[in-house]
Amino acid sequence: MFKILRRQEMAQGTVVLNEIEAPLIANKAKPGQFVILKANETGERIPLTMADSDPKKGTITVIYMVVGKSTALFRDLKEGEGYQDVIGPLGRPTHIEKVGNVLCVGGGTGVAVLHPITRALKEAGNHVTCVIGARNKDLLILEDEMRAASTILHVCTDDGSYGHHGFVTQVVEDVLKKETIQQAVAIGPVPMMKAVCNITKAFNVPTLVSLNPIMIDGTGMCGGCRVTVGEKTKFACVDGPEFDGHQVNFDELMLRLKAYCEEEKHCYEDYCQLTD
Amino acid sequence: MAEKTEQAGRVPMPEQAPEIRKRNFDEVPTGYTVKMAQEEAARCIQCKKPGCVTGCPVGVDIPGFIHLITEGDLTGAIRHIWTRNALPAVCGRVCPQEAQCEGNCVMAKKGKPIAIGNLERFCADYEREHGTGALPPKAASTGKRVAVVGSGPSGLTVAGDLILKGHDVTVMEAFHKPGGVLVYGIPEFRLPKAIVAQEVNFLERLGVNVQCDTVVGRTVSLDELFEQGYDAIYLGVGAGLPRFMNIPGENLIGILSANEYLTRANLMKAYKFPEVDTPIPHGKNVVVLGAGNVAMDSARTAMRLGADTVRIVYRRSREEMPARKAEIHHAEEEGIEFFLLTNPVEYLGDASGRLTGMRCLKMELGEPDDSGRRRPIPIKGSEFEMETDLVIVAVGSGANPLLTQSTSDLALNKRGYIVTEPETGKTSKRGVWAGGDIVTGAATVILAMGAGRASANSMHSYLTLGW
Ligand SMILES: Cc1cc2nc3c(=O)[nH]c(=O)nc-3n(C[C@H](O)[C@H](O)[C@H](O)COP(=O)(O)OP(=O)(O)OC[C@H]3O[C@@H](n4cnc5c(N)ncnc54)[C@H](O)[C@@H]3O)c2cc1C
Ligand SMILES: Cc1cc2nc3c(=O)[nH]c(=O)nc-3n(C[C@H](O)[C@H](O)[C@H](O)COP(=O)(O)OP(=O)(O)OC[C@H]3O[C@@H](n4cnc5c(N)ncnc54)[C@H](O)[C@@H]3O)c2cc1C
Ligand code: SF4
Ligand code: SF4
Ligand code: FES
Repeated sequence: MFKILRRQEMAQGTVVLNEIEAPLIANKAKPGQFVILKANETGERIPLTMADSDPKKGTITVIYMVVGKSTALFRDLKEGEGYQDVIGPLGRPTHIEKVGNVLCVGGGTGVAVLHPITRALKEAGNHVTCVIGARNKDLLILEDEMRAASTILHVCTDDGSYGHHGFVTQVVEDVLKKETIQQAVAIGPVPMMKAVCNITKAFNVPTLVSLNPIMIDGTGMCGGCRVTVGEKTKFACVDGPEFDGHQVNFDELMLRLKAYCEEEKHCYEDYCQLTD
Repeated sequence: MAEKTEQAGRVPMPEQAPEIRKRNFDEVPTGYTVKMAQEEAARCIQCKKPGCVTGCPVGVDIPGFIHLITEGDLTGAIRHIWTRNALPAVCGRVCPQEAQCEGNCVMAKKGKPIAIGNLERFCADYEREHGTGALPPKAASTGKRVAVVGSGPSGLTVAGDLILKGHDVTVMEAFHKPGGVLVYGIPEFRLPKAIVAQEVNFLERLGVNVQCDTVVGRTVSLDELFEQGYDAIYLGVGAGLPRFMNIPGENLIGILSANEYLTRANLMKAYKFPEVDTPIPHGKNVVVLGAGNVAMDSARTAMRLGADTVRIVYRRSREEMPARKAEIHHAEEEGIEFFLLTNPVEYLGDASGRLTGMRCLKMELGEPDDSGRRRPIPIKGSEFEMETDLVIVAVGSGANPLLTQSTSDLALNKRGYIVTEPETGKTSKRGVWAGGDIVTGAATVILAMGAGRASANSMHSYLTLGW
């Protein structure tokens, strides 16, 4: 068993943080990599990016949004309990390099994934401008951590309840007009990454995105995670999860994420009824 | 329960009737009784120069164990098989016997080979159900540590051999369950998972440490394993890389590799959804591309998940179908249709990105190709469309590069498979052996086990004498 040492709720309980005992993985984890977790015997294998790792303590941290049956099952695990299986680190680490001015854009739980990358980019000597957003103030996560990790932080909410009123894309456009940016990173819901890439493309700024297709093994064995990047089929779990956002076919990814929508909905509703 | 004569003269293996079994996941052949086994065993004429043994890749003493069955010494029979083959319950069920032991039996000339696979399976099942479970004797500890990477049939064979020789053995498996293709690929109705679990449990009782959730190359590298004090490493990581057709529309929803489809069904038990959490697509009109064992397993799984029609689409003819005879026969009995000399050229989808059909070409056979089989050539103007909402691609697999690419000093051939010394399984990296599908390309359970045995012998002499 992989024990949960610390559990914390964020964004009014819609987002949960777990710090998990996994010394072998913690020893190897790099920013941008993910793990696959399975709660119990009948559980699904769910990929989550590591928001942090501590080789000294032998722990990794994941932050996830509760969206369906499996993440609801994860939410119900208490401190001291644990996951039956945690597998990783998987995927390629983010390529961290000093390029000068970097723009990091995060939406929703994407901010959790963005955090270690932002920190590493700044530690590498970059000037890091960050834009993070959420639907409203209560759903915003990791604001303090992101402020510490970046040089400048802009916060947006869709409803204007905090920070800039509007989508991250508007701030992104403003920043790109004012500053010369060598590299952008955008991580969040697929429509957000698509929109950000449309803007950065107009400004000719290379942009990394982190893709989240449905996965099973996470080792390149099943091909379920395939995405189209620059007209070529890639397996996100081994070729990614980060790709050149200007080459990604986001529309296909959005469709493919709906592959099991019907089945998942029933499964989640049944689970909610059982636990209510 | 229906009884059916699969081959004249043999004691038939009782099996579930097609109409019933095509909608459940229980094992199809239900096994011989003692009486049936003895009756079949009595047909063996105990050849002085047995062809059957030369046909078996690991040289099981077939007349020897069959004789013990006729004597009523079932414990002796299984012990006799074990000296050559550690997984008889598995091999009896999945070996392509018609090309190996049974194909070389003298009685095959008359079309009545001894049912060697059935008898081997019978001995193993009888021992599992009635045996004492006593462990074989183990040599004194050598203090040497061995890491076996991958828990498929080749890795399990190495683990079993080396633990008995007194070494300390740890098996590392990327998945959350051990067994390799035996658990994630081959379906329950052909190889019950409880049998694989018991084989693994047997190794654990002998002292093998099975460590799942460990992706070697990611969680830990080979060099780190040596640093941690392992003295030798065996790589039995299989050929886990799905091949696709590379035709337009391949990323529509409803097109899965057989690896994904079977992993969902077998390893994740998705056929029990929503009792388990992993879903699996339920197609109405399912198409399976390919005609090997993997294709048959996919097609029969789709039928069991409630499909209206299941079609095997294969570009060559019936003679070239690589699957075991028994699987083809079982598939046909279960109502699976065969579209031979047919090749897909494009997938068709709707606005929501879901598969709706497939455009195909009819083929004819031309001159023999590199594989010695007649090359299929498209017939001009033969295009037609086939309605389908689920396509499972089972056209072969390649070498998964995850581990090999993270290990710089491991020689690979141009297709990415590990190069080894054929007799010993030694790789170019000191202290590292390899065998099974990652060396030969997708092959068979018994060949993977044979490679494991050869490497285990070589590893043992290295651990006791040196490289
Ligand atoms: C490499 C990778 C890293 C990820 N990192 C994180 C992370 O750090 N934090 C986090 O909250 N989530 C992350 N995800 C997404 C997470 O895996 C899914 O939210 C989770 O699988 C949903 O499972 P569920 O059973 O709770 O929901 P389901 O019932 O399976 O699905 C609920 C809804 O989510 C959609 N969905 C299903 N699978 C995915 C998926 N893989 N990605 C996105 N949406 C999906 C479905 O279409 C459905 O609308 C990551 C995904 C990948 C591939
Ligand atoms: C659906 C299907 C049906 C088949 N039917 C038959 C049949 O009827 N008869 C027959 O003889 N053969 C059959 N075969 C072929 C046979 O199963 C294989 O040839 C055999 O399993 C190969 O054994 P192996 O030990 O080399 O590898 P595998 O069985 O593939 O096992 C390899 C294991 O290594 C693990 N692994 C991979 N990479 C890593 C890593 N980096 N770190 C840790 N672990 C890792 C994998 O998860 C896997 O568990 C079938 C194959 C399939 C897919
Ligand atoms: S191991 Fe396979 S080939 Fe050998 S005797 Fe048994 S069934 Fe036949
Ligand atoms: S070849 Fe056939 S008949 Fe002869 S010993 Fe082998 S199984 Fe018996
Ligand atoms: S998750 Fe199976 S290949 Fe990527």
